[in-house]
Amino acid sequence: MNSTLILNGLRFILLILIQVLIFNTLNFLGFINPLVYVIFLYWYPIKGNRALFMVTSFFLGFIIDIFSDTMALHATATLTVAYIRPVLMRFCFGVNYEFQNFSFKNTTKVQRLTFLGLLILIHQIVFFSLEIISLSHVLLIFKRVLATGIVTLILCALFSSLFSPHSE
Amino acid sequence: MQRIINFILNYRNAFLYGFLMVVCLTLTVRSHSYHQSKFFNSSKWLTGNVYGSAANISSYFELKDENKRLVRENEELRKLLFNPNTNAIQQFDTTSINYEIISGSIIKNSFASPRNYITIDKGENQGITQDMGVITTKGILGIVENTSSNFATVQSVLNTKSNINAKIKNTNYFGSLTWNVEDYNVVQLIDIPRLVPLVVGDTIVTGAMSSIFPEDIPIGVIKKYDLNASRSFYNIDVELFNDMANVKNIYIIQNKNKEEIEALETRTTDE
Repeated sequence: MNSTLILNGLRFILLILIQVLIFNTLNFLGFINPLVYVIFLYWYPIKGNRALFMVTSFFLGFIIDIFSDTMALHATATLTVAYIRPVLMRFCFGVNYEFQNFSFKNTTKVQRLTFLGLLILIHQIVFFSLEIISLSHVLLIFKRVLATGIVTLILCALFSSLFSPHSE
Repeated sequence: MQRIINFILNYRNAFLYGFLMVVCLTLTVRSHSYHQSKFFNSSKWLTGNVYGSAANISSYFELKDENKRLVRENEELRKLLFNPNTNAIQQFDTTSINYEIISGSIIKNSFASPRNYITIDKGENQGITQDMGVITTKGILGIVENTSSNFATVQSVLNTKSNINAKIKNTNYFGSLTWNVEDYNVVQLIDIPRLVPLVVGDTIVTGAMSSIFPEDIPIGVIKKYDLNASRSFYNIDVELFNDMANVKNIYIIQNKNKEEIEALETRTTDE
């Protein structure tokens, strides 16, 4: 119990620093800044207290917001993803996920990748629609969601296979 | 009563989500229409110091380029010094009386979002206050928005809320400089009347209508222009002189007459 707390606390701080100092300044092709901190929501224990999970996600987003002067954009997007994560899990892993002994170990790679992809997609859609907040820029929103989403997915998939907590 | 409590307990996560969402949306919508928040911005102690130490490390890698740029600027200034009869030095003289310059450097730059803010390493202790103009050697950068004791955030020209007075060089036709989010090297100059003769490549400079920037600070050149929907004003695309993705050393401009100008203006509008 204690070790998961420390692990998640460390992840929280490290992901904020990595996002703010490296990925926010990346500007690949002029506009792609992958939002890799979403992987926190992917790694977060499944059996945790849901309210605590939402509050933690909110603060994760909010601290990144303060750093990048975006007010509450990251917070809104992360909060939304945290709220609908159980729905996505049921969608990706089927009813299995309701059982006590469920863990990422007995899921297939495709299932995990779909789960990660959906987390990122929803996060991006909320983030960019709120950031641009104008119907005349639907094409711009679409372009950014797609481009940033793909780069984020690639990076998150790399991260999750490099630092996988499930193989321990 | 029991049922109501049970209902709330059953849906407590949804309520929590709703509550936090309202907080988020209020903050977001406010930031779209008003000034940046006073409390939650990157000029504060923690964020400023994190960015400051990171910039400290990364600035070593850019020293060579930065030195070249400074040498080039020194060349220009020496040229002015040795040729005192040129036009430029006269402008330089008249402005240097009313404006004071503070140098600084950027510790966080952003240009990919619709509302970009830049964080700089000078703050109230160095005499920076809100609404001071910020320029680089090439052209304008933005306006100081929030300050803490050692850091400040700057609203970049690449911000949909930015609205800077600008004009076509050597004329008195002025308009407003805005940004349409599409390209980080191109901003838009609007409200230039239709009868003004325009040529692609004309220089755009700051106008004299604001107390933030001195007149004639370079902004960019006209890239293309067309008439707006009402067909009486031009929409002009201006290519910036600054490469907004690669800026480091900046100058903050303090207008010594600003208080006097503003006091006069408020007195005039009050009456």
